[in-house]
Amino acid sequence: MQATLVLENGTIFRGASLGAAGTTSGEVCFNTSMSGYQEILTDPSYCGQIVTMTYPLIGNVGVNDEDVESVRPWVRGFIVREYSRAHSNWRAGGALEDYLRAQGIVAIEGIDTRMLTRALRSGGAMRGLITTDDLGDAELLAAVADVPGISAEDLAAAVTTRERYAWTDTGAWNYSDGGYDGPRYRVAVLDYGVKRNILRRLARFGCDLTVFPASATAADVLASQPDGIFLSNGPGDPEVVTYAVETIRDLVGVKPVFGICLGHQLLGLAFGARTYKLKFGHRGANHPVMNLRTKEIEITSQNHGFAVDADSLPSGLELTHLNLNDNTVEGFRHRELPVFCVQYHPEASPGPHDSDYLFRSFRDLMTV
Amino acid sequence: MPRRNDIESILILGSGPIIIGQACEFDYSGTQAVRVLTQEGYRIVLINSNPATIMTDPEFADATYIEPITVETVEKIIEREKPDALLPTMGGQTALNTAVGLAERGILAAHGVEMIGASLPSIRMAEDRELFLAAMQRIGLDMPQGRFVRTLEEAKAAIREIGFPAIIRPSFTLGGTGGGIAYNHEEFLWKVASGLGLSPISQVLIEESILGWKEYELEVMRDRKDNVVIVCSIENFDPIGVHTGDSVTVAPAQTLTDKEYQNLRDASIRIMREIGVETGGSNVQFAVHPETGRTTVIEMNPRVSRSSALASKATGFPIAKIAAKLAVGYTLDEIANDITRVTPACFEPTIDYVVTKIPRWDFAKFPGADDTLGVQMKSVGEVMAIGRTFKESLQKALRSLEIGRHGLGADGKDAVDVTALDDAERAAFAQELRTKIATPRADRLFDLRLAMQAGIADDELHRITGIDPWFLAQVRDIVDFEAVLRGHTMPGA
Repeated sequence: MQATLVLENGTIFRGASLGAAGTTSGEVCFNTSMSGYQEILTDPSYCGQIVTMTYPLIGNVGVNDEDVESVRPWVRGFIVREYSRAHSNWRAGGALEDYLRAQGIVAIEGIDTRMLTRALRSGGAMRGLITTDDLGDAELLAAVADVPGISAEDLAAAVTTRERYAWTDTGAWNYSDGGYDGPRYRVAVLDYGVKRNILRRLARFGCDLTVFPASATAADVLASQPDGIFLSNGPGDPEVVTYAVETIRDLVGVKPVFGICLGHQLLGLAFGARTYKLKFGHRGANHPVMNLRTKEIEITSQNHGFAVDADSLPSGLELTHLNLNDNTVEGFRHRELPVFCVQYHPEASPGPHDSDYLFRSFRDLMTV
Repeated sequence: MPRRNDIESILILGSGPIIIGQACEFDYSGTQAVRVLTQEGYRIVLINSNPATIMTDPEFADATYIEPITVETVEKIIEREKPDALLPTMGGQTALNTAVGLAERGILAAHGVEMIGASLPSIRMAEDRELFLAAMQRIGLDMPQGRFVRTLEEAKAAIREIGFPAIIRPSFTLGGTGGGIAYNHEEFLWKVASGLGLSPISQVLIEESILGWKEYELEVMRDRKDNVVIVCSIENFDPIGVHTGDSVTVAPAQTLTDKEYQNLRDASIRIMREIGVETGGSNVQFAVHPETGRTTVIEMNPRVSRSSALASKATGFPIAKIAAKLAVGYTLDEIANDITRVTPACFEPTIDYVVTKIPRWDFAKFPGADDTLGVQMKSVGEVMAIGRTFKESLQKALRSLEIGRHGLGADGKDAVDVTALDDAERAAFAQELRTKIATPRADRLFDLRLAMQAGIADDELHRITGIDPWFLAQVRDIVDFEAVLRGHTMPGA
């Protein structure tokens, strides 16, 4: 079956269908990670987006039941250069193609993803549409013109949990700080689209978690008598999630707070900083970040289209992490309150484990 | 930390003549090192016995000695040139062994020469298998079971515990010289005796066989501030049993999930720290069991290696140049990325293409030589090609070999046209191929195609060769496409 990708700038790519039949639309972005497509597909932060992998061969390791970051894929669509019809890995439980179809994800293969990536780098993130329908150019262009922008929706509300739940699973991969048997900490997680590996890492570092819907109030959260509060990653524009900013304002200073990704951006807004949209975002597993306090460099996993404006950081906040590729803000802490956050993903999955220490830092903050 | 100002002149050791097991990769790395350290304002003294190298061109080093790379000769040069430092990590095993000799005999200490890029304890820990095994145990990494032996009697005791087939690895030899696989007692005793003779310290490792496992390599850089980056991952087409230098290799790794790749990345970083490589590049090799995922460390080279040249060109990350800068005090964040020029070298290259390396053999020039491939390297060179798919890079690499082939088939150069055989002939040919491909040989890639054309399924090919089903499926795609092409006629023909 054929499939077509059209971008808002009028570029049309014709390829073959890889997943479900149908039409899908969203913001087209690229991820440069060479591994971890299953984690990327199931990361709720990609809600509202069509993801293209810059690495050209996808599907090599199939899919398995373990490497998922949430209950289902959240990408609106998926784009690959060459899908590997054969997969080989001792943990594989099936083929990616079958998984995409079963999950209703529209995907396209066999297009020039390098050309697409270059278009996104020079033109910035663009709205796009993938369809398996046989449409002419004029129809495709009309259809893509109607696709809403990423900031039009409260995407965190779309991916957050409906009900609160408890989490204790530490995951199968114990890559550092194993065997912790010190005191346990009660942590309230505000779920704006939380990745499971964040929950697994927090649990591994001694946290008993209660995960709350994004709309939970400060009173709801504090009623669980947490030792600390975690603000999760999530999709979309932080400025749309106004209710979360309100809640966070009521929580900082009451209990230690740690934020990742959208959680970091929301903390920035809560303290009066500004956020802005990056031209084409940071999505990949090789971004060098300098920890400004230790001067050490971490190779980090990243996935964000918005960032906190460095110039807007109020004096009460200290810049702690800097992206060495483009000098954007990758983390800050409050100078007096027990509050810190990073823009990138210390939970990796996919990506390197260099920043795993941040989970220990959070535990240390709750210990004091 | 910026450039070190407490040293002024640096002695660099080359790798000597081109031999099987060591081609011009160390000229590539040594030339980069000489050039960058000269630019940094150091006085460079170079020794290399091979005049047919770029690095020995008079304009490169401040003083170039075309002399044997031996402890005795280098000592005389040290007496005469009085360098402040010795950089031994650019000249392969020859340079490293010579540096160890100089340090152990107290020659470096006597002349106040500091070894940079690697330290004696870390070279020893990486190269001495007994010390390496202990180091891996300290950091909780798995290794194939093994026993070190110094006599035939010890070897006989070891083999009773380990069983056949067993791997024989003489310590401190070049390109695995003298190594081998033994399937029976007679073969075992002969290979152990030969290995003991070849090892400069008369030591041989008898090791549990991990034949048939998947083989991976990671190229790692570390600086004195403990920043560590992985430059490249490499997956071998041929399973363990074929020397990496004789294996088709592919970058990046193709059949690992992110969880498994990160496991290798974490292990490589722990190995760098435990061995204590503080300023430079290393190569770490792993074996992964195809059905269970059990991961064992094979070895690490605390120096620029054959794979570094490949990894550098595959990713654009100039390992030798950066390793040389790290050796004189710079840190990864202080060095600019050669490709982007505006971002630092402290990053991990990510690529949107596939790189394939294919070794080149020349058995025709060695009448009587055994053309089967094993743990001792036999290729005389290699080619590398880049493509947007594995198939594209494989085909380009095959063309580059200069063996008269234009790719995997469809070039009209087959000795046997399988499609022209009748059923009985094809079955007989398939049977012949089953026997032939069971042993790795220089032309096995071409035989795989013929085997597919002769009707052998991928499952069976995997059972016979141990080659990963993913690679077989890729070869199958090319074979299938050739059949599609055959179904068409040339316009006007």
